[in-house]
Amino acid sequence: MLRSILLTISLLLCSLLSLVPARADDPTIVLSRLATDNYGDIEAGITALASSGIPGSEAILNALADSRLSYRPSDKVIFYKDTSGGWIEAVTNAAPAEAPTGLKPVKVNNRVRRALEAALGSMTLMSADPQKRISAADAVFKSRDANTLAALDAVIAKEGDATVKRHFEDARAAVLILKPDAPEADRIQAAAHLGERGDQDSLALLGAVTSANASTNIVASASLAAKGIERRLALLSTLQNAWYGLSLGSVLLLAAIGLAITFGVMGIINMAHGEMVMLGAYTTFVVQEVIRAKAPGMFDWSLPIAIPLAFCVSALVGLLIERLIIRYLYGRPLETLLATWGVSLMLQQTVRSIFGANNREVGAPSYMSGVWDLGGFQITYGRLWIIVFSMAVFLALLGVMKGTSLGLRMRAVIQNRRMAAAMGIRTPVVDALTFALGSGVAGIAGVALSQIDNVSPNLGQSYIIDSFLVVVFGGVGNLWGTLLGALSLGLANKFLEPLAGAVLGKIVLLALIILFIQRLPRGLFALKGRAVES
Amino acid sequence: MVAGSLVASIAAKAEDTIKIGILHSLSGTMAISETTLKDTMLYLIDEQNKKGGVLGKKLEAVVVDPASNWPLFAEKARELITKDKVVATFGCWTSVSRKSVLPVFEELNSILFYPVQYEGEESSKNIFYTGAAPNQQAIPAVDYLMENEKVQRWVLAGTDYVYPRTTNKILEAYLKSKGVKPEDIMINYTPFGHSDWQTIVADIKKFGSAGKKTAVVSTINGDANVPFYKELGNQGIKATDIPVVAFSVGEEELAGIDTKPLVGHLAAWNYFESVDVPENKAFIAKWQAYTKNPKRTTNDPMEAHVIGFNMWVKAVEKAGTTDASKVIDAMIGVAVPNLTGGLSTMMPNHHITKPVLIGEIKADGQFNTVWQTPGTVVANEWSPYLEGSKDLIADWRAPLSCGNFNVKTGKCGGKS
Repeated sequence: MLRSILLTISLLLCSLLSLVPARADDPTIVLSRLATDNYGDIEAGITALASSGIPGSEAILNALADSRLSYRPSDKVIFYKDTSGGWIEAVTNAAPAEAPTGLKPVKVNNRVRRALEAALGSMTLMSADPQKRISAADAVFKSRDANTLAALDAVIAKEGDATVKRHFEDARAAVLILKPDAPEADRIQAAAHLGERGDQDSLALLGAVTSANASTNIVASASLAAKGIERRLALLSTLQNAWYGLSLGSVLLLAAIGLAITFGVMGIINMAHGEMVMLGAYTTFVVQEVIRAKAPGMFDWSLPIAIPLAFCVSALVGLLIERLIIRYLYGRPLETLLATWGVSLMLQQTVRSIFGANNREVGAPSYMSGVWDLGGFQITYGRLWIIVFSMAVFLALLGVMKGTSLGLRMRAVIQNRRMAAAMGIRTPVVDALTFALGSGVAGIAGVALSQIDNVSPNLGQSYIIDSFLVVVFGGVGNLWGTLLGALSLGLANKFLEPLAGAVLGKIVLLALIILFIQRLPRGLFALKGRAVES
Repeated sequence: MVAGSLVASIAAKAEDTIKIGILHSLSGTMAISETTLKDTMLYLIDEQNKKGGVLGKKLEAVVVDPASNWPLFAEKARELITKDKVVATFGCWTSVSRKSVLPVFEELNSILFYPVQYEGEESSKNIFYTGAAPNQQAIPAVDYLMENEKVQRWVLAGTDYVYPRTTNKILEAYLKSKGVKPEDIMINYTPFGHSDWQTIVADIKKFGSAGKKTAVVSTINGDANVPFYKELGNQGIKATDIPVVAFSVGEEELAGIDTKPLVGHLAAWNYFESVDVPENKAFIAKWQAYTKNPKRTTNDPMEAHVIGFNMWVKAVEKAGTTDASKVIDAMIGVAVPNLTGGLSTMMPNHHITKPVLIGEIKADGQFNTVWQTPGTVVANEWSPYLEGSKDLIADWRAPLSCGNFNVKTGKCGGKS
């Protein structure tokens, strides 16, 4: 009796087992593997689905990548939402007769996302869209899936676009270099190819070639290629540091250039300068909120619109501060310092009361996000625009000072106030306008800084010390000095940081500035003339 | 009945209220994080008063503003206890502020509830720590990355102050005990409010492309996070390549960033707003109704205050008095439901048991819980991975009644 039961069970098992391969390709079974909460199972399900050749599997995987995939726990049927939001049943690739209920989303984590990238990569190598082919090639480069080799060879042969072809060849080299059973000649060629590619990822791949997984010839050519890459990267990192320094310098320039006018030119220790920057940043936030609500299509224009508005807001506040407080305090630096510090606290708390203590989100327009890769030397668009913008602001300000009648009167008042008054210049008006101009420029800086820093009531505080440093270092009263001061501080900071770390680097820099100011108390460009003696 | 409660409320108004101190910065740098906690406490006190208060008396909140100024915290704490006669205080965020008020609470024998995750290495008779100790946040997060993401190389990045330094020291010792080589650990500190992350993010990218799976463990503080994450996004570091797990980034901090480039980066907390249990849903609904803001977020330190406050209420009812010494004794062993569907208990070391949740950032700025401990975790207030503290325990029950008992020498006061 027992024997026969055992026999029946084992027979049943056998028949079931023999059925499995036949049914493994059944779309319902393959898809049901995604209907789970276990990330490991989902990952396995993705791999199975990608190699099953089920029609529409690319759409299903894309839906999973966008978290549009759900399953019905009761019968493990998979549904996804199409781009218009309607439900599609994955198996039939058509809308179900009635809207499904009781669905649970298929959860995605990093592991699942990686599996998805790899799976979609090998599936979209033949895509009609060149951009998709490139990202597919990059995905294969990362996953180094040996199964894609045949497909890669096929697409390389017929690819017409040179850029896409290079990405394909990179991917092929990445697969080959660590494939133990690939022909030696192919692997040596792959090493040379990666050496030409010459970036950090290639170096990592070449570094993984050891005598344990390759012949001596391959190891030798891999280490030769790796040495070439290392030399190149060392050079690149110097360039990259210079770029970071330039970009930090341009941020410092933006923050300090308004102060170069109010402090440098007028001699007012304006502790509320940072808050003018903050007001500019909040203006950007408000502009973006309005655009989001009224005309979402205009989002890319939010910054150009915000620039004049930020200038006006900050200039107006600056004008009020000058007329109400500072004009009674000319020639009394200590009182000015305390009064403007009080103003700075008031402005901070006002903004905190209106907008709340939390950071506000200021989005980046499309032209400010992304990286421009110049053969391993990476330039982020956001930083590039900030450098361009700061130079533009600098030149514009220089133009105003040198080329307009307001600038002429400003310079006259700075050089000799009493003489200027005697010549008929209304010095109080010039003072007010100069202060408003300096504040307005700070507001413009706020628009740019909102792209890289927190838009919070404390935004200004983090820049006020650095701004004073730049102006004092560059030489009070000289715009060119501010430019040179900002750039040299930025560069010094970025070349010290890799050597000494961020904290120590800053300390070393401050110590250097103290030494420098002792030697040259008036900064890089000392102002000559009567202003110096007064 | 109605007349009775009316009389009670009139009496409450007259004089007989129980005063609770709220010591959170409402201005200055920490206002960004602490203002919400003040609102949470006001909400909790309001709710309790609707239920009839405690011991038949209404509760009254006394709010002071220590303005993110550490010495001012001590002054305000003294004012709360001696002048306003509060029976318990809920407050502080940074460890510096806690260290600043600790002697005041010990001297005047009053109670402080501290709701924020911190570096451990402390246990005071007068403080109840409702935030996470390192083993209730940092170590499970590292375990998760090791097991699920197979991470072999680690960047420990933090702001340069006591919490990141201690946490990183513990993590470094822990990683080394797990066989991670010193050259696979990179430690990086930055000043408060650091805003130019280009070099550091490029270094992380370089460190991460050595062929081994790399992760960043971030103890970067509040405001510096936004430019850090923006730079990660700018330089195209995706969570699938180098995941960043953060211990100080919650729903509030993410509110200021465009989270789309950050999808998949992780955070370890004991609570997420997105936790899908009835207790949490009910709490969020009531909180948003109280604040009249349907978008108001909740976060981990808020949950800590909810637990701490409910524990205090229970302990006072158990002791039958608000007298500090009696309440401190009654607190140990008190268990209240937390907002993630479990029960948190006050342990003899004055820390509470907590579940640990690992969440991935979603595109909408919320977290998707990808892993959680099966039950709750008991806090190691003294880390077993640090030389100076591995033999110490805290137990405030009689007869031991000691915050730093050395089990080797058998003496109280191994290290303070």
